[in-house]
Amino acid sequence: MNQPNTLTRIEDPAMAEIQPQQAQPTFSATEPAPEGHRTVGKITVDNPKMSARDVNVYYGEKHAIKHVELDIGTNEVIALIGPSGCGKSTFLRTLNRMNDTIDICRVTGNISLDGQDIYDRRLDVVQLRARVGMVFQKPNPFPKSIFDNVAYGPKIHGMTSSRAELEDLVRWSLEKAGLWHEVKDRLEQPGTGLSGGQQQRLCIARAIAVSPEVILMDEPCSALDPIATAKIEELIDELRENYSIVIVTHSMQQAARVSQRTAYFHLGDLIEVGETEQIFTNPEHKLTEGYITGRFG
Amino acid sequence: MNLSVVLTAVLGLAALAYHFGRRRAFAVVSGRVRDLHSLPSYYGMHTALWCGVPALIVMSLWLAFEPSIMTNLVVERLPEAMRHVPESQLNLVINDIRNAVNGTMTGNDPAIREAADYYLQLRTVSHAAMAVVLFALCAAGGSWAWKRIAPDFRARNRVEKSMSVLLILCSMVAVFTTIGIVLSVLFESLRFFQQIPLTDFLFGLEWSPQTAMRADQVGASGAFGMIPLLTGTLLVSGIAMLVAVPLGLMSALYLSEYAPSRVRTFGKPLLEVLAGIPTVVYGFFAAITVAPFLRDLGASVGLQVASESALAAGAVMGIMIIPFVSSLSDDVINAVPQAMRDGSYALGATKSETIKNVVLPAALPGIVGSVLLAISRAIGETMIVVMAAGLSAKLTANPLEAVTTVTVQIVTLLVGDQEFDSPKTLAAFALGLVLFLITLVLNIIALHVVRKYREQYE
Amino acid sequence: MNNATSPKGIYAIAPERRLGGAAHTALVQRRKAAEKRFRYYGLGALVVSLMFLVLLFASIIAKGWTAFEQTYLRLDVDFATDVLVPDGDRSEQALSSANYPALVKNAIWAAFPDVTSRGEKRQLQDLVSSGASFELRNIVMNDPSVIGTQRSVWVPATAFVDSLIKGQMDRSLPESERKLSDLQISWVDHLLSNGHIEKRFNTMLFTDGDSRDPELAGIGGAIMGSLYTMLVTLLLSFPIGVAAAIYLEEFAPRNRWTDLIEVNINNLAAVPSIVYGLLGLAVFINFLGLPRSSPLVGGLVLTLMTLPVVIIASRAALTSVPPSIREAALGMGASKMQTITHHVLPLAMPGMLTGAIIGMARALGETAPLLMIGMVAFIVDVPKSLTDPATALPVQIYLWASSPERAFVERTSAAILVLLAFMVLMNALAVVLRKRFERRW
Repeated sequence: MNQPNTLTRIEDPAMAEIQPQQAQPTFSATEPAPEGHRTVGKITVDNPKMSARDVNVYYGEKHAIKHVELDIGTNEVIALIGPSGCGKSTFLRTLNRMNDTIDICRVTGNISLDGQDIYDRRLDVVQLRARVGMVFQKPNPFPKSIFDNVAYGPKIHGMTSSRAELEDLVRWSLEKAGLWHEVKDRLEQPGTGLSGGQQQRLCIARAIAVSPEVILMDEPCSALDPIATAKIEELIDELRENYSIVIVTHSMQQAARVSQRTAYFHLGDLIEVGETEQIFTNPEHKLTEGYITGRFG
Repeated sequence: MNLSVVLTAVLGLAALAYHFGRRRAFAVVSGRVRDLHSLPSYYGMHTALWCGVPALIVMSLWLAFEPSIMTNLVVERLPEAMRHVPESQLNLVINDIRNAVNGTMTGNDPAIREAADYYLQLRTVSHAAMAVVLFALCAAGGSWAWKRIAPDFRARNRVEKSMSVLLILCSMVAVFTTIGIVLSVLFESLRFFQQIPLTDFLFGLEWSPQTAMRADQVGASGAFGMIPLLTGTLLVSGIAMLVAVPLGLMSALYLSEYAPSRVRTFGKPLLEVLAGIPTVVYGFFAAITVAPFLRDLGASVGLQVASESALAAGAVMGIMIIPFVSSLSDDVINAVPQAMRDGSYALGATKSETIKNVVLPAALPGIVGSVLLAISRAIGETMIVVMAAGLSAKLTANPLEAVTTVTVQIVTLLVGDQEFDSPKTLAAFALGLVLFLITLVLNIIALHVVRKYREQYE
Repeated sequence: MNNATSPKGIYAIAPERRLGGAAHTALVQRRKAAEKRFRYYGLGALVVSLMFLVLLFASIIAKGWTAFEQTYLRLDVDFATDVLVPDGDRSEQALSSANYPALVKNAIWAAFPDVTSRGEKRQLQDLVSSGASFELRNIVMNDPSVIGTQRSVWVPATAFVDSLIKGQMDRSLPESERKLSDLQISWVDHLLSNGHIEKRFNTMLFTDGDSRDPELAGIGGAIMGSLYTMLVTLLLSFPIGVAAAIYLEEFAPRNRWTDLIEVNINNLAAVPSIVYGLLGLAVFINFLGLPRSSPLVGGLVLTLMTLPVVIIASRAALTSVPPSIREAALGMGASKMQTITHHVLPLAMPGMLTGAIIGMARALGETAPLLMIGMVAFIVDVPKSLTDPATALPVQIYLWASSPERAFVERTSAAILVLLAFMVLMNALAVVLRKRFERRW
C-alpha cells in the first residue's frame, strides 16, 4: 500500500527534521503524488450510501481530481480535509452533480447512490439533488422570507398536500436545524436579515426540508464565528442519525470533532482514508502526517 | 478684416510666443536645462497662453456683444416711421435687415437697404478695431510672460494649473447643457402660460392648435389641452412595452441562462444591432411595411384598423426597445450571485424554477429600473411616431385608432414656417418641458433603483 | 427510489408524495414539461426578436436595391445652332441659359417620326426626365464645339419609365389607373427592342442633391450635410468629452458638486433627443443667432447629445488603466498632469476612441433634433461650408419617406441602405479598434 521508495529514504530522523524537503523529495506540499498513486487506508464501508470509483474531474485542460475511489457510509459523517486547491470541494460537488453548472467541467468514472449510477444519462439530475442536498460555504439564503426559504424545496417537489402540512414541515425543519425558537415570531421577514450563523442554519433547514438522504457541506462554518460554528457542529452531530453527511473543512479540529471517517486530499489525489481517530493520531502516509502536524496546509 | 484671418493671426502669434518663450528659457540658464525649474517647453507654453488666451476671451466677448450693440445703432438711424412701431414689427424689420446683410434676401425697401449697408459698414469698423485690440493684447500678454521667465519661475505648475481649469470647464459643459435645456424650455413655456392658463394646458381634454391659428384672427384662443397627447403617448408606449418587455426579458434570460456559448456569442451582438438602427429607419418600416400589413390583416378579419394606428407605431417602437430591455436585464441577471442559483439547484430545483423563484425575484429591482429607463425612452422617442402615428388628438384607448403623441406635436408645431410669439409655437416648448420633466423623473428613479440594486450585490 | 430508501423516523410524508411516489412521479413529469416550455419561450423570444431584424432588413433591401440602377434613354441629339445660339451670342452666360429643353424635345420627336399629333408629342416628351436638359447643358458648357453637330447621348428617363422597366408597374391594369398610357408603353417597348433603353448604375443617387423629380433626386447633398455635421460633432465632442472624463476621473474631489455633475451626465444620456433639438432652436438659433438649417448648428446640437456617451465611455477607459501605472509614473517624480498625458491617456485612448465612434454612429442616425433646427428644408444644392443650409442623411430619409411616389419609396430604402452601411462601417471600426488594442491587465 505504501510507496516504499518514499518511506525508505528517511532513515535518519534527525536529517528529516533538518531537511524535510530533501527527506521526502517525491511528496512535497507543492507537487502532486506520483502517477499511479493508490489511496492508503480502507476506502470501503459495510453499508455504503454512495460510492465513487475511479473518479476524474477535468476543468478544461486541468486534471483536478485523479482516480478517486471512496465510499460514503449510511448515517456517518465523513470529513474531507486537505490544503487549499486540493480538490476536496470539487469532489464534493461531483456527488450531486453541481459541477454540471460549470461549462468547462468534465467528470469521468462512476459514482453511485444506493447502487445507481448518478451520472447515468437517464437519471434526472433534479431528482438526484433532492436526494443529495448541499450546504454551501457562504450562507446563501434566497431573497425571500424565512418561511419561503424553507418551503421552497417542498413546494417545487410537491411534498405536501396542504398549507397546514407545509407549515408543519417548515416548522419541523427549522426545529431540526435548531433555528425555530429564534425565528418563530418572524417567519415572514427576509432570510437575508438573519445573522451569518442563523443564515447558515436556515440553509441547513432548507436542505433537510426536502428529506435528502445525503447532505453535502462545503466548509459550512468558514464564514462563521466560533459560537455559531459550535452550534452548527452540534447540529451536524444530531443530523447524523438520519442522514449521511459529507463535510469539507479547513479546520482539522472540526473534522476531528464531527466526523467518524476522514479523507485526506492532496492536489487532486485522495491520499488517505480512515477512521477519524486513526487519521489524526496515527496517519499512515507521510503527506497526511505532514498536513496533520501542520508542516504545510 | 475677416474673422478667420484674425483668429489664425492670434494663434500664429501664440505659436511665436511659444518659440520665443522657449528660447528665452534656454538663454536665461545659458543652455543648462538642469538649472531651470521646469522644462523649457513649459516656459514656451506659459508665454503662449498669456499671449493667446486673453485675446481669445476678448474676441469671443466682442463677437457676443457686437450684434446687439450694432443693431441698436442701426435701429437709431432708421427713419422715424419704421422705428416707432410695436416691438414685434420692429423685430420683423430687424430680421429683414439681417437677411439683407447676409445676402439671403435682397429687400426692395431702400430704407432697409440703407440700414443694411450701414450695418455692414459698422461691422467692418468693429472688426478692424477688434483686430487692433487683439494684437495689442497678444503683444502685451506675451511680452509680460516673456519677461517673467527666470530659472526659478515655476512655469510647469502654472501651465498645469491652466490645463486643469480647462478640464474643469469641459466637465461643466454637461451642467451647462442641463441648465440650457431647463432655461430654454422653461423660458418659452412661461411665455406660453401667459397666453394659455396652466390649468387649461394640464387638464384640457381638447388639443387643436390649428384652429387656434384661425381663431386667433377672430380674437379667440384655440384649444391647448394636453391630456389627449398624454394618453396617446401612454397608449403607444404601453403597446411598445407590451412587445419589448416579454421579448427582451425572455431573450435575456435565454441568452444568459440557457443558450450554449456559441448561440450567445452570435445572439447578443445581433440583438444589439436592433438598438443601433436609426429610429428613422424604424419609422419608415412602420409606415411602409407594418401599418399596411396590420390594416390589411384587420380588414381580413373585419376590423377597422386606421392606416396610422397606434398599434403599428407601438409595435415597431417595441421592437426598437427589445435590445434596450434585454441588455439592461442581462446585466442585472448576471449580477445575481451564482451562489443564489446554486442554493436552488442543490435543492433539486430545475433551471426554470430557479429562474422564476430565485433569479427573477432577486433581480426584480434591477429589472424594474431597466423597464423604467425603457419607458422613458419610449415616451421620448420621436421619429417612429412622427412617421407612423397620426396627428389627430383623439382621447381613446383603442390601439387600432390613430392617436398622436407629445413628440409628434412638438415636431409638427416647430417644423415649417413659424412665428415666434404665437401660442402655437410656444406650445411646443411647453410640451418639451412636460416631456423633459416626465423623462427626468423616470430616469432619476430608474438610475437610483439600478444603482441601489448594484450596490446590494457588490 | 423506493420507500425503503426514504429517511426513516423523520417527518412523515405521505408515501405517494415521497420521492418516487405516484403523486411525485406525476409532478416530476409536469415539472419537466414546464422546464421545456420555459426554455422554448426563451428561445422563441430570441428567435422572434431576431426575425424582426431579418424582416426589417429584408423589407428594406427588397424595396431599395432597385434604386441603385436607373433607366437611361439614348437620344440622338442635334445640337442645332439655331436653337442654342439663335442670336450668335456664345458667351458662357448665354450658353447656360439656352433652350436645352427644346433640344430634348426635338430629339425624342425625331426618334418617332410618325408621331404627329400634339397630345401624343407631349406624351412622348414625358418619357424623358427634365434632367436630360441639364445633361445637355453640361455637355455644351464643357465643350462648346459640339454646337452644330449631332451626337447620341444617354439621358435619364422619367421615374415612370424607370418603374416600368424595373417591372414595378402593372401592365395589366386599365390604362386610366396607370401612370403611363398604352401608347407610351408601346414606345418604351420599341426603344427597348432597338437597344435605346438601358439600365445603368445610378451615380446620380450619390452625387446629386434633392429634387422634386424622383429620378433626379440624390443623397449627395445629404451625405455632405451629414459629413459636415459629424465633423463638427467629432471635433467638439471628443476633446471636450475626454477632458471632462479626465477631470472627473483623475482630478475631481469626491464631493456633492462632482456627484451632481455625475448624476447630471447620467441623466443627460437619457434625455430624449428631441429636447436637445428644442435647446438648439432656443439657444443656438434664436439666442445666438447662428444660421438656421446649417451643419454648424446641427453639429453643435449633436455634440451636446453625444457628449454624455463620450464622457461615460472615456471614464470607463480611464478606470480600466491600473493604478500601478499611475503610481509608477508618480514615483518617478512626474507631475499628475504629466502622468496622465504621458502614461494614462495613451493607454486609455483606444477605449475612448471606441466610445467616441459609437457615439458618432448614434449621432449619425439621429433625426429628431435636426428637424427642430430646420435641417428639414428642401435643399437642392450640395452644401459647401459649415454655414450653408443643408440637410442630413436621416432627415433626407424622413423627407422622402413622406412622398407617396413609388420611386421615392425605392430611393428612401436605398438611402437607408447607405446610412446603414455607414453605421456598419463605423461600428466595425470600433470593434477592430477594441480587438486590436484590447489589453488585459
